Amino acid sequence: MNRREAISAVGLLLGGTVIGSDFFLSGCKTGGKKERQLAFTKDDIAYLDEIADTILPATDTPGAKAAGVGTFMTVMVNDCYEARDQKVFLDGMDKINELSSKKYRKEFLEATESQRLELLTELDKEQKEYTKNMKEEDIPHYFRLMKETALLGYFTSEIGSTKALRYLPIPGRYDGNVPYKKGDRAWAIN
Amino acid sequence: MTENTYDAIVVGSGISGGWAAKELTQKGLKTLMLERGRNIEHIKGYVNAAKDPWDFAHRGGRTQEMITNYPVLKRDYPLNETNLDLWVNEKESPYTEIKRFDWFRGYHVGGRSLTWGRQSYRWSDLDFEANAKEGVGVDWPLRYKDVASWYSYVEKFVGVNGSRDGLPQLPDGEFLPAMEMNVVEKDVAARIKEHYKLARTMIMGRSANLTVAHNDRTNCQYRNKCWLGCPFGAYFSTQSATLPAAVATGNLTLRPFSIVTKILYDKDTRKAKGVEVLDAETNQTYEFFAKVVFVCASSLNSTWVLMNSATDVWPEGLGSSSGELGHNLMDHHLGVGAAGTIEGYEDKYYYGRRPNGIYIPRYQNWMNDKRDYLRGFGYQGGASRQGWAREVAELNIGADFKDALTEPGLWKMGIGGFGEVLPHHDNKISLDKSTKDKWGLNVLAVDAELKENEIKMRKDMAGDAVEMLEAAGVKEVKSYEGNGVLGRGIHEMGTARMGRDAKTSVLNGNNQVWDCKNVFVTDGSCMTSSACVNPSLTYMALTARAVDFAVKELKKGNI
Ligand SMILES: Cc1cc2nc3c(=O)[nH]c(=O)nc-3n(C[C@H](O)[C@H](O)[C@H](O)COP(=O)(O)OP(=O)(O)OC[C@H]3O[C@@H](n4cnc5c(N)ncnc54)[C@H](O)[C@@H]3O)c2cc1C
Ligand code: SF4
Repeated sequence: MNRREAISAVGLLLGGTVIGSDFFLSGCKTGGKKERQLAFTKDDIAYLDEIADTILPATDTPGAKAAGVGTFMTVMVNDCYEARDQKVFLDGMDKINELSSKKYRKEFLEATESQRLELLTELDKEQKEYTKNMKEEDIPHYFRLMKETALLGYFTSEIGSTKALRYLPIPGRYDGNVPYKKGDRAWAIN
Repeated sequence: MTENTYDAIVVGSGISGGWAAKELTQKGLKTLMLERGRNIEHIKGYVNAAKDPWDFAHRGGRTQEMITNYPVLKRDYPLNETNLDLWVNEKESPYTEIKRFDWFRGYHVGGRSLTWGRQSYRWSDLDFEANAKEGVGVDWPLRYKDVASWYSYVEKFVGVNGSRDGLPQLPDGEFLPAMEMNVVEKDVAARIKEHYKLARTMIMGRSANLTVAHNDRTNCQYRNKCWLGCPFGAYFSTQSATLPAAVATGNLTLRPFSIVTKILYDKDTRKAKGVEVLDAETNQTYEFFAKVVFVCASSLNSTWVLMNSATDVWPEGLGSSSGELGHNLMDHHLGVGAAGTIEGYEDKYYYGRRPNGIYIPRYQNWMNDKRDYLRGFGYQGGASRQGWAREVAELNIGADFKDALTEPGLWKMGIGGFGEVLPHHDNKISLDKSTKDKWGLNVLAVDAELKENEIKMRKDMAGDAVEMLEAAGVKEVKSYEGNGVLGRGIHEMGTARMGRDAKTSVLNGNNQVWDCKNVFVTDGSCMTSSACVNPSLTYMALTARAVDFAVKELKKGNI
């Protein structure tokens, strides 16, 4: 993110439709309280892998689990989140299991793929509605945090960049007018 | 003493110091360049330049630890994981904010020539004459004709790309081929032209990236990762350009970890005899001697050196006899603009990552466009398609959502203003003698703010942006107004201004300290007003010009 990108990202943020770039831009985002190093277990990571994979499943390209997004999410929560958001995220992990148990009498990992998709789709609708109305100082919705880290983790991973998107380490030239047809993949870096 | 004696000393190795060293050594002077930070070798030292996004544990973002360690840098986009090593260690080198001032520094060989945005524009007489015409501050001792040939001189070496636009307020230079506007920008430019005729223009940005191979340097590969350092040497930095030229003469000695704490002033000759250095690693003090000293430690820091010097003669420091040393701090105010969506180009995309954008030169208070404030602003910006970091309104999660994100989104066009800041006398810096840095040295205190003229201008910066984008067919245009805090422009200027009179300025028209003829200050400290274009090209031209003058004066025995 350089200054020009920052200029356009600020602009894009206006619509409230950008996900993830607050992470690169946000100014003084810290809760004051020192964040904890959370001991995520293997099971936690497997659980997050499945959440991420429900958001971004394997299609004709690999999904979030294959890109190791669960582990990435734990790194982000540990290193980049302020204490407040760490708690939101952790409580969210419990909440999803709770909701799943209530709805399907099974914890999330035992639920079927279509049940997981149904549950997280509902949460995403809830998250979008909540985020639309939230004020800057409000606590973020836990599923918003999960979706953000899943997207960031996936699309900046090697798999996401090179398989789901097109990655060019050294383009070598610039052409400001190339044809695009629906289905062509986007550049990994804009 | 002899081994510590040179013909010339340059303080700082950033854009200005690099130019001073190149010019002095090429004119045959044995030159010592003193840099307070560590060395960074060209290419080898760009430790993150070849990394892929997934090589960064946090994918380029910021950790809580970084946020704690960089209380200033965190206030804007520069705090990031990919080039953290190119920003000053704020714990070691604090400063005092009497009023909030976001000072984004880099203390290492090359200074901020490694991280700069490379936008390079000439000033015109609209800028050089403004103070005199409006009775603001003092008159520049220069006009465009005094600097034009020096702009040409530095541009030819730097390699600045641009189109020849024939605009009187933004003179053309010695350009390499321009970069290309993308398809949307071209149409927006055409519609602005149609709508505003010649009153407003959108041109391709001019930048110090090589569009063709130049002076043994490779052309740009369109990776847009410049601020990690360029393995191709394709943008102008001390390391890619001025330093190798200076080294090639055999006349340069570069000494990193050398904090210049003061200029050694000789009362009898009324000249500087050298500088005092605190070794940042060993804490030892050294003296180095020379016939001429170029102070290029960046605005604020050069003034800090002067404030510490010759205090037995002038309590407020070398160059303070006018009472202006430390005053008239400027920057560009920014963070205001607009962006929107543009339709009809869904079948268009681009190839490559262009490290440059579009530019809308100042048009306010120019020709017939009169405003209720002085001076004006320009815009930088560009058009691009949204990437994966977006919500898709009609989709939630799952396969369709993922597949949608693997395709580019809408075309967005955004512009952000860079506004001129007037030289307000009471926007100032001073020594804070109660706060010390890691080496026990007094730190600077900054006391500056935007005033009425700038605040008025910001309204137009937002309003005009919306108006122009809408006139160009951009939809859903929204304006934004961020923090109007000084420093964030990263174009600090002033505090040792040039002028025509020793009573009201620190430097004369050749960047020479009025009170001490063999000391020259050629970085942004010398600026008498700020214009609204990115300033570094002007520092380069003034530095080369001042060296030419200094060496002639030396030969004549005048200094
Ligand atoms: C992200 C970013 C984007 C920018 N974009 C642009 C742009 O597009 N166009 C533009 O024109 N400008 C831009 N700038 C500003 C530009 O970088 C500066 O104007 C330029 O680097 C100033 O050059 P300088 O040599 O005066 O100072 P610097 O490059 O800051 O170098 C000063 C050097 O002096 C050293 N030093 C300081 N104090 C001492 C001391 N006491 N003793 C010894 N050494 C000392 C420092 O360590 C440093 O290496 C940008 C800056 C940044 C950070
Ligand atoms: S965009 Fe060009 S100048 Fe910048 S780092 Fe890449 S190759 Fe170098």
